[in-house]
Amino acid sequence: MTETITRPAGVRLPGSPREPRPWPLLRHGWALAGRSLTKTRRNPGMLLEALIMPVIFLLMFVYLFGGAVSGSSREYLQYVFPGVLVLTTILTGQVSTGVSIVVDMKKGVFDRFRSMPIARSAPLLGSVLADTVRYPLAVAMLFGLAHLLGFRVETDLASALAAVALTIGFGFALSWLTVLVAVLLRDENMVSWVAFLVPFPLVFGTSMAAPAETMPDWLQAWAEVNPVSHAIDASRGLLLGGPVTEPVTMTLLWGGAALVVLAPLAAWAYRRRM
Amino acid sequence: MTYAFEAEGLVKRYGRTTALAGIDLRARRGTVLGVLGPNGAGKTTAIQILATLLTPDAGRATVGGLDVVRDAARVRRLIGLTGQYATVDEDLTGAENLVLLGRLLDLPRAAARARATELLTQVGLTDAGGLRVSAYSGGMRRRLDLAAGLIGRPEIVFLDEPTTGLDPGKREDLWSTIRSLADEGATVLLTTQYLEEADALADKITVIDHGRVIAHDTPAGLKQLVGGRTVVVRPTDPDRLGAAARVVERVTGRPVEHRHGGALTTPVDTARAFTDIVGALGSAGIDVAELALRLPSLDEAFRGLTGVPGPASLTAAARTTTRTTTRTATTRESA
Ligand SMILES: Nc1ncnc2c1ncn2[C@@H]1O[C@H](COP(=O)(O)OP(=O)(O)O)[C@@H](O)[C@H]1O
Ligand SMILES: [Mg+2]
Repeated sequence: MTETITRPAGVRLPGSPREPRPWPLLRHGWALAGRSLTKTRRNPGMLLEALIMPVIFLLMFVYLFGGAVSGSSREYLQYVFPGVLVLTTILTGQVSTGVSIVVDMKKGVFDRFRSMPIARSAPLLGSVLADTVRYPLAVAMLFGLAHLLGFRVETDLASALAAVALTIGFGFALSWLTVLVAVLLRDENMVSWVAFLVPFPLVFGTSMAAPAETMPDWLQAWAEVNPVSHAIDASRGLLLGGPVTEPVTMTLLWGGAALVVLAPLAAWAYRRRM
Repeated sequence: MTYAFEAEGLVKRYGRTTALAGIDLRARRGTVLGVLGPNGAGKTTAIQILATLLTPDAGRATVGGLDVVRDAARVRRLIGLTGQYATVDEDLTGAENLVLLGRLLDLPRAAARARATELLTQVGLTDAGGLRVSAYSGGMRRRLDLAAGLIGRPEIVFLDEPTTGLDPGKREDLWSTIRSLADEGATVLLTTQYLEEADALADKITVIDHGRVIAHDTPAGLKQLVGGRTVVVRPTDPDRLGAAARVVERVTGRPVEHRHGGALTTPVDTARAFTDIVGALGSAGIDVAELALRLPSLDEAFRGLTGVPGPASLTAAARTTTRTTTRTATTRESA
């Protein structure tokens, strides 16, 4: 405590303010993502839901509905798995991402970030980036369990990897919706509810669980225009074979559009509320 | 540009509460400004405006010559802030907290580590650097908080009640760190509810209450301002206390106030009365062991200025209330 804080005048020491370097948002976002990851590593319980969610969905669909829809659980597993993959990545993005930023925004450490010369949206980006570790965890869990239950990819490894990348990217793009809601509402309970309810019409108004022909007209109409339908078609094509180009293109377009619209909106709302 | 920071007529309202009703604050480069005031006086609000966390409703402020609203981004390159509430991350270690902040200031990884180690040593946390902050005591957190505000070697350091809640011994440790900051050329704004703290650290003190400046002066000047100088006389021979009292009463023309412990105290109006007393005691042949002209304590000065609760009780009340104060959601606005 008694040592002096050396500060010779005019000498530029490590730690002196320096000229801004390029790409501050990415650099600072990356450093803050590292912080969130360290916190996650120390509280691994926070990742539990990412691992449990796919298990619940898969078991529920295959054993609860499987018999009724197609007569054989094994057959139904092949049908439903690509959709559950999309459901998993979307819900993983929705449920976790918004909440952690709200919790963070209320902490004193964010006051310090705001008093520092860092990119204004960097804390938001850091939090969202760090939450992406949940996707590979959830997807690995899902594939592992499905394999045990008898699911087999009918295409090849490259296509399967493409399906994983596409669905994770799509889930990530849509997760900015929750991020936006979170930044606007700033209440972790409300955010949890919104995040839980919003995906339902999106994911279930599709051919995920049963062919669209079996649905009532109004639901069919919704499934037609619902962007998540494209993601499920793409996932099916990549994992089981069938048309790929069109659904993948549409998924990329919708995902890209969501990202381009929602992420800047969320960042703007965040900067405004900070 | 002689002032490191300068605020004029700052006004900030929260709904119907007026947190700041037009205050001026300024400090010359390399000096320590103490902002002294009871709970709710507006200290935190003022610091948050200077640190670009809040925008004022009226008035203006510059830091390093830069406007805190229009040039907020550049102001942030000059300042270091240690807020009233812990701004370190509980789940990280002390060292990790400091390295992260160094990285956010664009230090290369190795330089950020070196700076973290250096600062941990300076605030006496070398051994605790590898521990998670959740295991830190309140005093350790405050010291880490201080270090966190110093990562970028800021020219201007804002410290919001840095020692609130610390044990007296720990407080003095922190004082010496703060003093060395100023010795090395930084300008420090320090808010406090402790009169003795402002007295011990500040070159100038601005006393605020209810969002207004009540006084601005040096610690000595503040004491002068309220008058109340006293002379203390302690004869070498305790038996001659009565004789000494008669001499002093003849000079000042008023009865002596206290007579206890072998010493007497009397108020004087002018410094000249002191020399007269010295002369009169000498010609009466009374030897003195102690002869002093005393300025009032800052506690007395504060009472004189604000007319509010006795300072001793103010300090005591402040100690207890700040412990129980919960963190009111600080209003966030873009700057
Ligand atoms: N975010 C806020 N919302 C409403 N009132 C506030 C807020 N922050 C401070 N105040 C009020 O403004 C006044 C000054 O507060 P503050 O600057 O924190 O004083 P101090 O730091 O001197 O204790 C107090 O009356 C306080 O209740
Ligand atoms: Mg305060």
